Amino acid sequence: MILVTVGTQLPFDRFVRIMDRLAPSLDEDVFAQTGRGSYRPVHMRAQQVVGPIEFERLIEQCSRIVSHAGIGTIVMAQKHRKPLILFPRLGALDEHRNDHQLATVRALRGRPGIHCANDEAELAALVGAPLPAPEPISDLPERDRLRRAVAGFIGEQHRLFDAKGSRLV
Amino acid sequence: MLLRPALPGDHVIFATTNHELAMRDGVVGVHLLPDANRDEPRRALAALLASVRLVWRLRPHVVVTTGALPGLFCLIVGRLLGARTVWIDSIAASDRPSLSGALARPFATRWYTQWQHLQSPGRAYEGALL
Repeated sequence: MILVTVGTQLPFDRFVRIMDRLAPSLDEDVFAQTGRGSYRPVHMRAQQVVGPIEFERLIEQCSRIVSHAGIGTIVMAQKHRKPLILFPRLGALDEHRNDHQLATVRALRGRPGIHCANDEAELAALVGAPLPAPEPISDLPERDRLRRAVAGFIGEQHRLFDAKGSRLV
Repeated sequence: MLLRPALPGDHVIFATTNHELAMRDGVVGVHLLPDANRDEPRRALAALLASVRLVWRLRPHVVVTTGALPGLFCLIVGRLLGARTVWIDSIAASDRPSLSGALARPFATRWYTQWQHLQSPGRAYEGALL
C-alpha cells in the first residue's frame, strides 16, 4: 500500500488531485489522508483525518509514503524506515503561509530514504520507481548532541532549584 | 517526544494539543491545550488562557518547548513566573527562524536552532532531532 498524506492543518488539493490521477497507473493500493481539502479522490481510498495511532499503523503497513513536506511525517518515515517522497506546499499558491516547505525539501534532499518532487512529472517518475528502504540508522549524533545540551541545562537548573521541579514539552 | 530521553522522567509534566499523540507514545497524566495558530484569533485566545491557567497552576522550574503557538504561550508565562525556559525552534524553520521562535527569544533562557547555518549570537546550534 502507498500512503499519501497532507497533514491535518491545511488543505492540499493540488497534490491530492495529482496523486488521484496517478493512482490507477500504480500496481499497489493507494490510501490518502486528505485533511481539510475539498477534492474527493475517486481512484484511491481516502479519509480526511486519521488519528496518530491509526496513522502510525498505516505507516507500518505501507511500502512508501508520498507526503507534503511536514515534519511529523518525516519523523515517522525515518522511525519506520520507509521510503519517503516529499511534495512541498507552495506559498505562492496559498498552500501554506510561506515557502518553508520548499526550504525543508532543499535542506533534506539527499538524506537516506528521502526523495523530492516539485511537479506532476517528477512525482509520477518517483512514485512508480523502485525505492529501497533506507538503511537502519544506528546512531544520530546530532540528535544525541541536542538531547545532551537540553539534559545538561535542565540538570543545572535542577540543582539550582533543589530537585523538585516540573517541565512542559 | 524525540527529546524525551533528555528529560528527567520523574519530574516531567507534558502538555500537548492532541491527547491521542500522548496515548500513542505512552505518556500518562498529560495536560491538554487547545491547538491554535495566528490565523485563528479566537482559538489563539483560548490557547493563551489555557496556557496561563496551566503554567500558573504547575509553577514549573523549567519550560521546554518546540512551539508552536501554545508552546510559545507556556514559555512566556513560565518565564514571567520565574521559570528557566528552553525554546527549540522547529526543524521546519530551515531558511530562517520561525515567527513564534522570534517572539520567544526575549523570554527564552536558551534558544536553539536545529540548523547550523542559522546559528548566531543568541541562537545556539547544539544538534538537531531529525
